[in-house]
Amino acid sequence: MEIIVNGRAIEFSADTRTSLLDLLRDHLGLTGTKKGCDQGACGACTVLADGERINSCLALAVQYQGRAITTVEGLTGEGGLHPLQRAFIEHDGFQCGYCTPGQLCSAVAMAGEIERGLPSVVTEDLCAEMMTLSHDELRERMSGNLCRCGAYNGIVEAITATFVKVRT
Amino acid sequence: MTPFTYARADNVPDALRLAGTMEGAKYLGGGTNLVDLMRETVERPRALVDVSALSTGIEEKDGGLFIGAAAKNTALAGNRIVRQRYPMLARAILAGASAQIRNMATVGGNILQRTRCTYFYDHAARCNKRAPGAGCDAIDGFNRMHAILGASPACVATHPSDMCVALVALDAIVHTDCSEGPRSIPLADLHRLPGGSPDVETSLKPHELITAVELPALPFAARSTYRKVRDRASYAFALVSVAAALVTVDGKVRDVRLALGGVAPKPWRAWKAESVLRGQPATEESFRAAAEAELADAVGLRDNGFKMELATRTIVSVLSELAGTHT
Repeated sequence: MEIIVNGRAIEFSADTRTSLLDLLRDHLGLTGTKKGCDQGACGACTVLADGERINSCLALAVQYQGRAITTVEGLTGEGGLHPLQRAFIEHDGFQCGYCTPGQLCSAVAMAGEIERGLPSVVTEDLCAEMMTLSHDELRERMSGNLCRCGAYNGIVEAITATFVKVRT
Repeated sequence: MTPFTYARADNVPDALRLAGTMEGAKYLGGGTNLVDLMRETVERPRALVDVSALSTGIEEKDGGLFIGAAAKNTALAGNRIVRQRYPMLARAILAGASAQIRNMATVGGNILQRTRCTYFYDHAARCNKRAPGAGCDAIDGFNRMHAILGASPACVATHPSDMCVALVALDAIVHTDCSEGPRSIPLADLHRLPGGSPDVETSLKPHELITAVELPALPFAARSTYRKVRDRASYAFALVSVAAALVTVDGKVRDVRLALGGVAPKPWRAWKAESVLRGQPATEESFRAAAEAELADAVGLRDNGFKMELATRTIVSVLSELAGTHT
């Protein structure tokens, strides 16, 4: 079986029961992605599959053969930290840090969803061409990522600072 | 998780063949519910036939919409036609789960997802759905989330889907295929009430595969919505939800579609309320009378009796909003 992780094609063999999360952490040594609830409730395991955010704990690795997975390790480019990672430091977007990799991956994909004009349940005009990342929109769109330290204020500030374009 | 073999189907005949030849097989869509249940060993398939590569198309058909069963929840909610012509469906899907789960979950899997009754998940508890004949610990247990309509002495679990509440209000048709050939079933008839056998949840035959969902044309659904009442603002299952479409002429109800979630073992089409409402003045009094007619047979358990008034008020509020008479 083959899977592409952070741009690199990797051959793997695993029991059919292996989750994508366990494949990343235990087989490939990419321990940035975290196991929180292991049942799709907390979002700590969020990774990108072909650019879309998913819960890797609910994904069977065999089902993701041939797909391009991006983990938090893959967010950092040549120039060091991703701008969102720098903003998390700047705005105190974490305390213990356990949910942070999931928050980062989730927010990067969310910015893409906004770009593509996907609505959320709090979007007033479902047919609007342009989506705006207001505070309420951000909280709703990030509700799949829990932070038990309660660092939400910093998380919201960091995401806003990175992705909300200030009109001049 | 118990061991299983895995095979990916390339098309519907391939899926049916694999399911027929692999002992103890189940279909796998996005896995968001099935994988979780397998990890809890509530589900123990010996084989999985991955049908997530089958049709994901969302196409116009006869003024309505034809949706491949493997379409992701996100794709359906984001579809321009759905947002314009069936806003209740877009809102229902977006009210469910999280963005991550909606990106994984398929339309077919959403329909066939199983209850989140905590006793169903808990091997230390009795559950007629998990172990037929064992009894039900929810009936006298913590049953705040449970059903007030359509339940039985054997089971009071609710169907957890938001999407299905909108689909049943929109008269959606489910297309299936199996060794005996394809057929189509109104969504309203797909899920069955628990009666004495709550483990049998649908009218599907063994290995019958949902291939598509069809939405008939319903022009007045362009004025429709979905409201979900829950214990936290996002990412929680419904206490009560309401999908509704309404058209009024000269202050009277010309036509209405109404369905409830969070209150019954299946997505609950409010047929009684609809028939009471047609031709009546589009006022809060009529809306309340219709809601009360629908809930006349409701039975509250120890912790969920509040759902009767909550459902009534939510119906009145949503219909008033659609009628433009909201105060």
